[in-house]
Amino acid sequence: MTSPDPRAPRDQESWARPVDRLTTTAQTTGQDTVTGRRVSGPVQGFGQMWQKTFAVRVPGDDHSPETVIAHWKESFSTFWPKGSTFYAPLAGIAPGEVALFEVPPVPGSPVKMSTGVMVIYADRESFTFMTPEGHALAAWITFSAYRDGDEVVAQAQALERTSDPFIELTYLFGANRANDRFWEQTLANLARSLGVSDPIVETTKVCVDKRRQWRYAGNMRHSPAVNMAVATVTAPARWVRRRRPTG
Amino acid sequence: MTDTTVDVSREGSTAILRIHGEITGGSEPPIMAAYAEAGDARSIVLDFGQLDYMNSGGIGLLVTLLVRTQRAGQKLLAVGLSEHYRQILALTRLDEAIAIHDDEPAALAAAASPA
Repeated sequence: MTSPDPRAPRDQESWARPVDRLTTTAQTTGQDTVTGRRVSGPVQGFGQMWQKTFAVRVPGDDHSPETVIAHWKESFSTFWPKGSTFYAPLAGIAPGEVALFEVPPVPGSPVKMSTGVMVIYADRESFTFMTPEGHALAAWITFSAYRDGDEVVAQAQALERTSDPFIELTYLFGANRANDRFWEQTLANLARSLGVSDPIVETTKVCVDKRRQWRYAGNMRHSPAVNMAVATVTAPARWVRRRRPTG
Repeated sequence: MTDTTVDVSREGSTAILRIHGEITGGSEPPIMAAYAEAGDARSIVLDFGQLDYMNSGGIGLLVTLLVRTQRAGQKLLAVGLSEHYRQILALTRLDEAIAIHDDEPAALAAAASPA
């Protein structure tokens, strides 16, 4: 048994190790569109950079920041709105683990988008996800809890850009608000599970950078929607090529 | 409550921000005050040699600082990173936007170069 290095930084065990390409132990019934991809944060995204904070208050007599975060990690998938599925990695929400999920591109859609996240940071009071290439957002999202007087505030804070021009366009036409509603419902569900009968979720949005990063417009090549469209359009040509006699 | 102090010094058109203690989301006031003190510097060097703790909120704060320097047309460079913190910048791909140097003279030379 080895003892911890006293010179090691306090945060050493909370951070994931860098990886070149993602792998996962999560089992999905859908498509794994994450394995082999790189992570992609707000620095690598295309659209305007937003900082979004969704916060909800729970009674501090019954809960501490640590118990709220432990509960959130343990039952993460159960707080998501209906129609979305989160496949946790075998080791749970821990640094370096990769989770997969399926979400409808627009609320109520029968079609599901498969994607995932890497857990880049986790401690007793917070954990952070980073998105992979091909995800609609190039983002970090941090889930944390802190005490404020008699209450504990649970919050999800995203620092995000849309990944490519196509997604940015959908954001301008309603997807941004749909994404907000997703997290507002998630926070409300978390609060209900902690005994709050009528939770109020406070949402704060700040545009950190109004500029679009055109040098990352090429992120569209990672987009499952674009790849699916290209595959559909080129399907007849591939069908003809397969039927053509060789030799 | 955060335990962050930042010393600001100037070498020509480059400002050096020496960060002591920790960087968390709560470090925004001292770090942004130091950045404001750097004023019209053409380059900002962040010296992490005395950093002993950083969480994911701290990384978010570095991105906010990066956006401000880009908007102002300034270069952002880093020195004094331990192997652990270099790995965090690699993990988060912040090292693609913040130029990392082994020591202050190398950072100052890079800051002075036109590219």
